[in-house]
Amino acid sequence: MNNFKDFYNSEEKREVLSVVVVNKESVLSRIVDLFSARGYNIDSLTVAPIPESEYSRITIITIGRARVIDQIVKQLNKLVPVLKVTEHKDVIEKDTVLIKIPIDQNLSDVDVIARAYNGQIQNVTADAIVVSATDEPVRIENFIKVIKKYNPIEIVRSGVVAMER
Amino acid sequence: MTKETQNFTNKNLTGSQIVIEALRREDTEVVFGYPGGAIMNVYDEIYKQDHFQHILTKHEQAAVHAADAYARSSGKVGVAIVTSGPGFTNAVTGLATAYTDSIPMVVISGQVPTAVIGTDAFQEIDAVGISRSCTKHNFLVNDVKDLTRVMKIAFHIARSGRPGPVHIDLPKDVTADLAQFNYEQEFDLPTYKPTIKGNVRQIKAALEHISDAKRPLLYVGGGAVLSNCYQEIRDFAHQTKIPVVETLMARGIMRSDDELLFGMLGMHGEYAANMAMSQTDMIICLGARFDDRVTGRLDVFAKKAHVVHVDIDPASIAKIVKPNYPIVGDLAVVMKQILEHVKDFEFNDYSSWVDTLKGYQKEHPLTYHEDSDRLKPQWVIQRTGELLGDDALISTDVGQHQMWAAQFYPFNYPRQWMTSGGLGTMGVGLPYAMGVKRANPDKISVNFTGDGSIMMNIQEIITCTQYNLPHINIILNNNYLGMVRQWQTRFYEDRLSETILETQANFQMLCESMGGVGYKVHTKEEFDQALKDAVASNKTAIIEVIVERREEVLPMVPNGHALDEMLLLKKEGDK
Repeated sequence: MNNFKDFYNSEEKREVLSVVVVNKESVLSRIVDLFSARGYNIDSLTVAPIPESEYSRITIITIGRARVIDQIVKQLNKLVPVLKVTEHKDVIEKDTVLIKIPIDQNLSDVDVIARAYNGQIQNVTADAIVVSATDEPVRIENFIKVIKKYNPIEIVRSGVVAMER
Repeated sequence: MTKETQNFTNKNLTGSQIVIEALRREDTEVVFGYPGGAIMNVYDEIYKQDHFQHILTKHEQAAVHAADAYARSSGKVGVAIVTSGPGFTNAVTGLATAYTDSIPMVVISGQVPTAVIGTDAFQEIDAVGISRSCTKHNFLVNDVKDLTRVMKIAFHIARSGRPGPVHIDLPKDVTADLAQFNYEQEFDLPTYKPTIKGNVRQIKAALEHISDAKRPLLYVGGGAVLSNCYQEIRDFAHQTKIPVVETLMARGIMRSDDELLFGMLGMHGEYAANMAMSQTDMIICLGARFDDRVTGRLDVFAKKAHVVHVDIDPASIAKIVKPNYPIVGDLAVVMKQILEHVKDFEFNDYSSWVDTLKGYQKEHPLTYHEDSDRLKPQWVIQRTGELLGDDALISTDVGQHQMWAAQFYPFNYPRQWMTSGGLGTMGVGLPYAMGVKRANPDKISVNFTGDGSIMMNIQEIITCTQYNLPHINIILNNNYLGMVRQWQTRFYEDRLSETILETQANFQMLCESMGGVGYKVHTKEEFDQALKDAVASNKTAIIEVIVERREEVLPMVPNGHALDEMLLLKKEGDK
């Protein structure tokens, strides 16, 4: 076999894919089925309609070797309702997290930390506060790590959306 | 008004009438199927029309296999209709078989009314959920207004690009509702645009490299059959004198007696073919996909070779082997492009390479030893080839007989050979022979099968009697599930777990009870006579041939071994 070492033996890498699909029922399950049937990873998946069109955009974060990523892109393109698959190279990525923290924690600390991650307190009840933050996925992970000290009751993440610079 | 002169365009039709009218406009001349509750409205319209024949099989699986074989042997889109629930699930093996071999088909299933979908109604199953992974595309039609579009697009998707089966799930109320019918309307499909023409620059660069190679090899696959370009491939091979090997799916692309053909390659490929693939410095892959049964151990596969890969499916390219020259396009179109430019290049003289391969062929020819009291299965196939030759279209089931048929029958043209290559579905043989006969009434339809496979759809003999679709089933009876038995002998110390078929039907009586003719033969003379009688009878026939029980399919590349590490037939005498 010819020599394509970078193709056959590359390291696993993280890939941001943006998949434009016809906005119809069952399209999402086709995408998800493809990943499970062929044993590909999904790290994160978000989907929302593209304004003023009949299409939706699915943003998928996946991890794989070069040849696996190559196959994922080709197999996605092969699905009939898929219009376009983009492998992002230089993107802005945003992830949102909602965190519920008991009211008896040090709330001024929580507020300061949240601000450091472009976040703020969204809601206060008798028992708990909800903070949210929107930032790059790596920073959101950091934020979650830091905020764990304050015994969060619940953490909800949105998944990543991305746009080429 | 007769049915021929009726014009339904822009009239309100029921969903069932839309199905019938769409099939008529797609020039469907036969539908294989089985009725049931959810699909009854459609069957009522089938009753009222005479544009196409409906063939009622005895099992839905056979209906889909027959439609598949009709498509394989004719190049048209095969059509099957089944009901909801079990009707559909019985059809799944047929869909999957066609999907793996890229066969164009439209399969319509009934579904419970839209109002009760999701309530676990009687004979309800999530059909599109099940068929998603074994079809090229599928549709659940929720609104009769969408049905014309779905029918037209389904046929388009099935036959265009890399062909494949398309499944349409049709709720019962949709088959009764009314909608305007206009089949002439164009339906935009912006997300589905297969690449047809190859990139000319890439083609020229590939030709340049090929002309400079020392030991190039044409590796031809089923895509060559599907895109109907055997003539172009023969022309290219003869103009350049590049030797050819075929995959299981490509048998018949080259004439069996062509000097440049070195046979089938792969797990049970010929010695010369596998040696050619191991030693070539330039693989020219035309519509093949580097299947694991072809490559053997991948990390040592064709180590010295550069690769040109032509395929209509971009996902087939670089899936297993990364080519130096990927060319996406319809093989027939790309071959024409190649032939246009072939004169611009001066190709090397490959005669010493061809001589080397001829040497391999001489060293280990594809053969067998006449060393048994019983008939050798290979002889039966060879003899059938001598007697029927180009007059017969050959179907097979799956197992040892399939490999022997691929090795020993003299295939001389494409679509002469129908076999479940990708999925390896036992039980396809008899329904295949039925579908082949329906598409080619002037040919002799032969099914090579085993004593295991034949029992999986034996009931269809009665269908063939009913619809006058005579064909000949040649059972190579060794009282084993032979291929599994061969592996058990080789790799499981001969522990024959559940592969001995001692209790068997009386095949003669079985066939005759369903209106056919049966023969049981032990000798060459008996076989010749039986085959002649079977052809003359013009009935569905079973010829049960008692063959050497322990005969093995050789050569064999054991799983996990390199392509040139073959187990070979021992020379006569050195046992």
